[in-house]
Amino acid sequence: MIWILDITLLFFLVVCAIAAISIKDLLSSIIILSAYSLIMAIVWVEMHSVDVGFTEAAVGAGITTVLFIATLARTEGRSED
Amino acid sequence: MSGILDIVYAEYNYWIYVTLMMIGFYAMIAKKNLIKKVIGANIFQTAIFLFYISLSDVTGGTAPILMGGHGGEHAADVIYTNPVPHVLILTAIVVAVSTTAVALALIIRIYNEYGSLDEDVIRAARRELQPEFSEHARQKSVAEVSEQ
Repeated sequence: MIWILDITLLFFLVVCAIAAISIKDLLSSIIILSAYSLIMAIVWVEMHSVDVGFTEAAVGAGITTVLFIATLARTEGRSED
Repeated sequence: MSGILDIVYAEYNYWIYVTLMMIGFYAMIAKKNLIKKVIGANIFQTAIFLFYISLSDVTGGTAPILMGGHGGEHAADVIYTNPVPHVLILTAIVVAVSTTAVALALIIRIYNEYGSLDEDVIRAARRELQPEFSEHARQKSVAEVSEQ
């Protein structure tokens, strides 16, 4: 575990989480959530849990984003908060 | 004092995990938009995964793949990280994506019914459609029950 890489990634994780819940445009929010999942996958590979890492990259960053965007296509894209 | 600071530095993964969990919890409670609530739930779930993976990490350990397997020279003095939490989280990721899919399906259904994703608008529309659920009627029924 390289601690400076770990701290940088965890810092970006918190930034992405705060941005994902505070941006009003839902599409941007979902894309930031996808970036959050990808950073999380890198953190896990860096912590030597490679199987969880690539599952998160495929399922968390891939399928979840597709599901969210499919929902957004059937509803509205703006949020009041 | 330095003992506390040592804990803060050494266990920074756990501090980040608690921070992320609280961010997700805040979104689930305080945000009015239903999709924002699901995003908050996702952040909450991944924070708990981060806790488990941090728990399984061993100092100086390597990925839990057998060194010198497949007929090679077997290395006895290799330290591996604990693979049991990894397997737990592997199932939990799949459960997380399933719950997200169910929540989003319900959101589409709610949008088709009420034409909005805002919690307050949905509650107001529901009160209009079904007056028996309104606050006044509920208080009246509570008063009736207490009279009996």
